[in-house]
Amino acid sequence: MSDKLIFEHSRSGRRASAQAPLAATANDLPEKFLRRSPPLLPEVSELQTVRHYTRLSQKNFSIDTHFYPLGSCTMKYNPRACNQLAMLPGFLARHPLGPESHGQGFMSCMYELQEMLKAVTGMKEVSLTPMAGAQGEFAGVAMIRAYHRSRNDNDRNEILVPDAAHGTNPATATMCGYSTREIPTGKNGDVDIEALKAAVGPQTAGIMLTNPSTVGVFDRSIQEMSRIVHSAGGLLYYDGANLNAILGKVAPGDMGFDVIHMNLHKTFSTPHGGGGPGSGAVGVGDRLKEFLPLPVVGKDGDRYRWLTEADFPQSIGRLSAFMGNAGVLLRAYVYMRLLGRKGMERVSENAALGANYLMKKLQDAGFELAYPERRASHEFIVTLKKEKSELGVTAMDFAKCLLDHGYHAPTTYFPLLVPECLLIEPTECEAKEDLDGFVAAMIAIREQAKTDPEKVKGAPYTMPVRRLDDVRAARQLDLRWQPGAEN
Amino acid sequence: MPFIPHTDDDTGKMLAEIGAESVADLFDEIPDELRIKSLDRVPEAVSEMEIARLMQDRARMDSGALNFIGAGAYEHHVPAAVWEIATRGEFYTAYTPYQAEASQGTLQLIYEYQTMMSGLTGMEVSNASLYDGASALAEACLMAVRANRASKSRRILVAGALHPMYRQVADVICAAQEIEFIDLPFCSEGGHCVLQSLDKYSGEDLTAVIVQQPNFLGVLEEVDAICDWARAQKALTIAVVNPTSLALLTPPGEWGDQGADIVCGEGQPLGIPLSSGGPYFGFMTTRLALVRQMPGRLVGRTVDLDGKRGFTLTLQAREQHIRRSKATSNICTNQGLMVTAATIYMSLLGAEGLARVAGAAHRRTGELCAALCELPGVERVFNRPFFHEVVIRLDRPVAPVLAMLADHEVFGGLDLTPSHPQLGNALLLCATETKNAADIVRYRDLLAEILNRESAAG
Repeated sequence: MSDKLIFEHSRSGRRASAQAPLAATANDLPEKFLRRSPPLLPEVSELQTVRHYTRLSQKNFSIDTHFYPLGSCTMKYNPRACNQLAMLPGFLARHPLGPESHGQGFMSCMYELQEMLKAVTGMKEVSLTPMAGAQGEFAGVAMIRAYHRSRNDNDRNEILVPDAAHGTNPATATMCGYSTREIPTGKNGDVDIEALKAAVGPQTAGIMLTNPSTVGVFDRSIQEMSRIVHSAGGLLYYDGANLNAILGKVAPGDMGFDVIHMNLHKTFSTPHGGGGPGSGAVGVGDRLKEFLPLPVVGKDGDRYRWLTEADFPQSIGRLSAFMGNAGVLLRAYVYMRLLGRKGMERVSENAALGANYLMKKLQDAGFELAYPERRASHEFIVTLKKEKSELGVTAMDFAKCLLDHGYHAPTTYFPLLVPECLLIEPTECEAKEDLDGFVAAMIAIREQAKTDPEKVKGAPYTMPVRRLDDVRAARQLDLRWQPGAEN
Repeated sequence: MPFIPHTDDDTGKMLAEIGAESVADLFDEIPDELRIKSLDRVPEAVSEMEIARLMQDRARMDSGALNFIGAGAYEHHVPAAVWEIATRGEFYTAYTPYQAEASQGTLQLIYEYQTMMSGLTGMEVSNASLYDGASALAEACLMAVRANRASKSRRILVAGALHPMYRQVADVICAAQEIEFIDLPFCSEGGHCVLQSLDKYSGEDLTAVIVQQPNFLGVLEEVDAICDWARAQKALTIAVVNPTSLALLTPPGEWGDQGADIVCGEGQPLGIPLSSGGPYFGFMTTRLALVRQMPGRLVGRTVDLDGKRGFTLTLQAREQHIRRSKATSNICTNQGLMVTAATIYMSLLGAEGLARVAGAAHRRTGELCAALCELPGVERVFNRPFFHEVVIRLDRPVAPVLAMLADHEVFGGLDLTPSHPQLGNALLLCATETKNAADIVRYRDLLAEILNRESAAG
């Protein structure tokens, strides 16, 4: 397989000439505005481009090619129908500022998506505009801030975050002007209620929670947490990272949450795309309705229209130039219609079935669970601290060996509070025999670690590259190719 | 059930292994009172064939109009190969390349993307992309506050006609950071930022100056002078640019004596369909010296154990999953799939092809503007050079005219009355290379008919 960069295929004067307008056009732009030398872009043929990027794609693991049990990321099958139908020419060609009269088809999909998301989350209103989970978090915390300010309750300067939370939670709180206070996780995996009671006060703006949590269990004290935080005057933020585990079973609105974001790229199966685009729609309860980010799709009679600042004068405002990741939202809409009412429940049921089965099989095979007395949600944690102390191999070594066995690694070293952890999420889409295969690979790696630990520590061997020098990458920064650079 | 592989036999065996009687047992830690009572508001499932029919009908409802709206989202030809390759499952269904050895495709592609964006903007480093142009500008403002240690004021000057939505998004995202934005007016004749309007702030503590080239109204700004003035005030220059234009226009890295400091913008023109506003991608490039203040993912070149070239995420110590509340941003993903498409687009076109796109788009808008301005009651508003987007004024309110054009399946441009009432009955036009001479004639004739009819009626 070629390892060249696209620039190394480049030859002066070579072009894919059918792709651009045929005639070179003289232009009337004054000389002083013009660039003096052309930008560094490759000069390659169409075939070279197609072959180069096709070959690059083949250097990736993906859901379509490999079991990808990346915990907390919900790497489920992305139905091809969702992609094909979102890419119908009528949807692709629609300008975001085109008149409402010519957007009724698209807007009807968005309106119905809002309604379905309200139904499964138990929230009162939904805005689809945030462009990723982290932007949904931003919208949510900004709404909490707007709420307190609207009540002249200006001394609340702190957001509570469990120590197992995603890093985006504290980073978001900072962007919204809050300091964060961490709440420890108890031994059983639930948030430490006594610590929470001690932490809340007149400074508490709210708490950001993921339930089921990032340690892979449903926090059973959620109603009590809700009472504690609400009685201190704070609001509850639901991080929807793990919504797949309870889809159709439990609605965050019923757990007492005031605001939630949903990762449509997880629960509703829009593609991860090598790291985006995501979509972080937000839902709110009664307290936060008037602060929703815009636009939202409304319906008057049988006509759909954009709801704007005129409808929501207290809105936190806009998060994107237009309406967010519309094409992603169309994919989520198609997925939800294909699932239907019963399908929603089947998702969480089978996600839980796969996770609990895989957890039990790994436990039976002698791997240590972080929370062995608990049910798995849609994911669970294996800790390899015993393997590290007895065999000298780490969670990272297991992760790299799994690649050689044809499995994408689970999430490693997150959450930070469990040593040598693998966070494993099989999703509802993986067949029993594939889960069994993963267990067999884990056993085989451990056996190899007993007989030949150095081999394990040197993995992977079958990937396009072996382990990379991350220290060199950071110390000798090389972030772009330059002509004449050594290879 | 869709997308679930388990047979009844599988389910039985899996439950037996777990030691559970039923699937319901797996949820026995959840209090009963939290169970959803009813999902009646979610419709019953439909088949792929049925949803395809529905979506085709809805897509058709929105189809067919001839579009002359730009305003930050531009209708360019997208070569067939772009999305054929970008939607290959290996790109489409991979995730953030945390396991570098199993993600070399995505990582090398991002490295190539970073190289292309650095070249296009004339800067030293590019990140792996942000959400869109508007949020990229907001992130650039936050970055400027971190990066400009000489400034204590957190004051950012907006020089002239910035996209109004970008301005709003910057306000929303920077709301809690005590940043003060100062909006300088644009010239009513030229549509540009007049240099004398900056004088009032000479010698003051400014963190950054934002300038958009071409600006929201399509007008070319005196970017060299603005950039030099900003440097004299020890303010950073934040350039907001259209990537297509950079095939022809001076890249921000060469503005003035020393170039802009942070460059950002909307990547959509590089092979991304209009698609009702997203997903697009924001790009950001900067000087090497500021890279540690930059938000978002970065891919670096390194070597593996055998000394072979490879690519990996780098400088992750800036990011939320390591730094948590002290991260440069809460951003987690980039817009990977859109960057995949844009990289393929730029490879196919090359510098020469992109210059043809830019030149043809600019020429068509010029032809459109000239054709419309032949009509009585239609005039060009600004006398300065523009790039591929231009403002005209009608002799009557714009909204009813646009509605009549839309009735005839022509989107005649963006009504500027709500955002820029000081311009009167103004309209922002954009043609791009996708429009031919017949399209321009069609628009002109329709507009002539509407203006005539209305004049007669009035």
